[in-house]
Amino acid sequence: MELYHSVMVALLCVDLAFLAVTRLRSLTRLTAVQGALLALVPVLSAPAGDSGHMALLSLAVLAIKGVGFPWLLARTLTRLEVNPVVEPYLGFNLSLLAGVSGLLFSLWLETRLPFPPGLFPPLLFPTALTTIFTGLTLVIARRKALTQVIGYLAAENGIFLLGTPLSVQGSVWLELSVLLDVFVAVFVMGIAIHHINKTFESIDVGRFCTLRD
Amino acid sequence: MHAYLHLALALVLAPLIPGIVNRVKARVAGRAGKPVLQTYFDLAKLVRKGVVTSTTASWAIFAGPVASLAAVGCALLLVPGPATSAPVSFAGDFMFLAYLLGLSRLALILSALDTGSSFEGMGASREAVFSALAEPVLFLCFLSLAADGTGLSLDSLLAVSDAKPLGAAHLFVPAILFVLLLVENCRIPVDDPNTHLELTMIHEVMVLDHSGPDMAAVVYGASLKLWLFCALTVLSVMPRTGLSPVAAWGVFLAGMALAAVAVGLVESAMARLRLTRVPRLLGGAGALVALSLVLSVWR
Amino acid sequence: MLLAALPLTPLAAAVATVAIPADGARRLVLVAAAVLHAVLTAATFAHPPQPAWGGLLCLDAPGQLFLALASALFLAASVYAAGYLRHEGANATKRDFQDGAAFVNAPERIFTMCLCLFLCAMTVVCATRNLSVLWVGIEATTLSSAPLIYFHRHRRSLEATWKYLVICSVGIALALLGNILFSVAFFDPAAPLASMDLAAMLPRAAEAAKPWLRAAFIFVLVGYGSKMGLAPMHNWLPDAHSQSPSLVSALLSGALLNCAFLGILRAGQVLAAAGMADFSGELLVLFGLVSLATAAVFIVGLGDYKRLLAYSSVEHMGILALGVGIGGGATFGAMLHAVNHSLTKGALFLLSGNILAVYHTRSCHDARGVSRALPVTAALWLAGFLAICGSPPFGIFVSELTILQAMLAGGHTVSATLFLVLLAVIFVGMSVPVLRMVQGPLPPATSRPGPESPLAVLPPLALLCATLVLGLYLPRGLSAFLHQAASALVLGG
Repeated sequence: MELYHSVMVALLCVDLAFLAVTRLRSLTRLTAVQGALLALVPVLSAPAGDSGHMALLSLAVLAIKGVGFPWLLARTLTRLEVNPVVEPYLGFNLSLLAGVSGLLFSLWLETRLPFPPGLFPPLLFPTALTTIFTGLTLVIARRKALTQVIGYLAAENGIFLLGTPLSVQGSVWLELSVLLDVFVAVFVMGIAIHHINKTFESIDVGRFCTLRD
Repeated sequence: MHAYLHLALALVLAPLIPGIVNRVKARVAGRAGKPVLQTYFDLAKLVRKGVVTSTTASWAIFAGPVASLAAVGCALLLVPGPATSAPVSFAGDFMFLAYLLGLSRLALILSALDTGSSFEGMGASREAVFSALAEPVLFLCFLSLAADGTGLSLDSLLAVSDAKPLGAAHLFVPAILFVLLLVENCRIPVDDPNTHLELTMIHEVMVLDHSGPDMAAVVYGASLKLWLFCALTVLSVMPRTGLSPVAAWGVFLAGMALAAVAVGLVESAMARLRLTRVPRLLGGAGALVALSLVLSVWR
Repeated sequence: MLLAALPLTPLAAAVATVAIPADGARRLVLVAAAVLHAVLTAATFAHPPQPAWGGLLCLDAPGQLFLALASALFLAASVYAAGYLRHEGANATKRDFQDGAAFVNAPERIFTMCLCLFLCAMTVVCATRNLSVLWVGIEATTLSSAPLIYFHRHRRSLEATWKYLVICSVGIALALLGNILFSVAFFDPAAPLASMDLAAMLPRAAEAAKPWLRAAFIFVLVGYGSKMGLAPMHNWLPDAHSQSPSLVSALLSGALLNCAFLGILRAGQVLAAAGMADFSGELLVLFGLVSLATAAVFIVGLGDYKRLLAYSSVEHMGILALGVGIGGGATFGAMLHAVNHSLTKGALFLLSGNILAVYHTRSCHDARGVSRALPVTAALWLAGFLAICGSPPFGIFVSELTILQAMLAGGHTVSATLFLVLLAVIFVGMSVPVLRMVQGPLPPATSRPGPESPLAVLPPLALLCATLVLGLYLPRGLSAFLHQAASALVLGG
């Protein structure tokens, strides 16, 4: 249980770090850290006697979220040769403030919601919700296309975290197909970013202003 | 009388800390370095010298260093020792501590502005900005230590005992206190105490026009403040139950030396941050300590 | 067996299109796959299929309805694609008619492969009652259709593709959150839910935790709603529809939006079974009216005819949500409306492609005199406009009237008034540019094109004829089928 708590606290720290770092390279490294931490969750929360499929899930999560995504993102970043600085719409300190507010809101929400008893281990719900907030903040408050992908990933990781206590035996392959879907999504987005970089000579989505009414 | 032991030790040993820091930096850089006792020699030299002041300066340039030193000395009265409680202790005294430090800073800023030099005004404004940003973080640190509800005096905040075991707060607070130590005492990565370019200075540029015993008061005050922050950092992690008073004092002093070495290593390993990055550093520190506050309350 | 073959047909075609080097043969495979898929879909009506893939694929009436729509529209689009791809030519560098920049098309091989994969994903979405599989399918439709929007590789289509990818992916992630909240609602350690299949969920819906059901429905509605183009999550829709090739626009509007709607309907079924149809209905009515109003505001004075059609899609998705939200007879109306809208909008987008190919502009101020340049297209364009705005004798008139009747019968006077007023505004807003395009002299710069190719005219003609027939006469078998689909949604069965 102590290890489990540490993982949750570490995930929260990763969330705050997501909002604070100023280098794209650090962001891709953080996705690796987040993925590796998430891979621990299914094993740690597996009920006794039901560890087989959870271990399988953990391995898959480690392979896809801990290694696959960061590798894809890092490869994209290396090939792009763009300015390695994260450009924010919302400043770093304000983003951090937003992240902490999200955490406070999630903690407050946890006290207000009628959870079925025995469903969520302590701290899981606020951590998952804060991770989702963090991801959405990254999507909205950063200028570069790559940061939007990373934000999407972070939000998806939060949703995954929320789903782990509900995953039941026999649904592992469904979880895997969800993982595969997200993997393909990131892959397609990576290709799109290549094209954006080639066509616009930048991956700044602030330049997307031709289509409007 | 026992309660004043920490104060007495601080008054005597404080100039050692900058000495250790400088020695570590020199050794890492491959030099022999100044003697560890160099600050004492500097102080002795400065006290014997006369005073030269600018023609535009008024009495404030003399009052500033003295008032600043006095305020830091009073602040030390509030800090408990490893085996003793503080000479002065009451609920909420951490706010008093923070504002005594603020008063000391204000006195120094006023005396810097009094010289009429534009460099010193610039340094004073930077000092004011960074400490204004550091203060809320300090309060958040104290709050997250206070979150378990055992008391609101520094005595109980800094106690780690069976009644108050290491909790979530202790995950981040010592680290953040250490960051505050670097910020408040003008160390790298925020300010470089050894720089010789006025444009990049913060603390040093404020005291360019001070000399003689005034300068001695400034240097001694800075050492005391460094001691104070080192003591806060060490006390916030140091468990004290099961230790005899002598052992506790030994662990404490070893911790102080370790903190000084750590400062020296950080100064050797890091470069100075761009001025605009300092608020971001403090923002990150604030977010972490807010996280620890939230976790402590949630427990 | 039949059901398993349905998604496998386009999948096999996708593999084949990658393997075949010759353009002509590849186009033939595309059309053949579309025909085979349509035949298989028709066969499901004759012989109700058994569940396949261990129960994951299971066809019920609403799914069958949307599957038939997707299949029919894909058939029309693939026939059109054969002519379109031949006309577009291979890897020649082209000039963008808007900003003059050079661009190339995506390789035809990739384009046809993604078309097939897109059909495969839509088939899975329609043919499942498992909420998790549904989610996977809908995300797959986004991923397989994004390269289709980026067929013309220029700046604006890239911008549209990126918006589509990010908005829809984030939206669909929220729908996944909704799915998780559904399983929270059904959480019971003593008797865990076997799967997210409606067959397992519906019988136990009455005991599920109501607050969680509400939260889950809201997230699913917002998530799939952003894909369906409900305002205010519709921002990607006009961009993607205006920048993609016309046959892709037709598929997006006529088939893809329906698939996302099916996702919302599935969640609505769970709520209906839990006796919370009022809650889901009110939300759907709200989003429907907001979408109608948004479309009305943007359609008036719009100068780009493909965006005009896109906003019209927002309008009609609003009507679908409104109809299902009102419930009762309006649900039947909404099902009929889905059929009519798919047929009509598919035809209109294909026709807009014909106009675009001749005039090289999307502006309805510059594309004048279509009746002189393209007489057949112009006639169909005018008919399609009348159909989409709900004029008799076309099918949309009947379905909108059915919905209106049900609204008045149910005492939703305010909603009904708003509905009528907004429809009138949209009619006027659309009539101005459409009539201006059809009439008038030919712009001097436009060269008079040759006779229109049957591949470009016959698919829209067929679609419009179908909606005309539905307006004049609703076959009894179809009516019974639509009632069956509607009752499945209303009763949650």
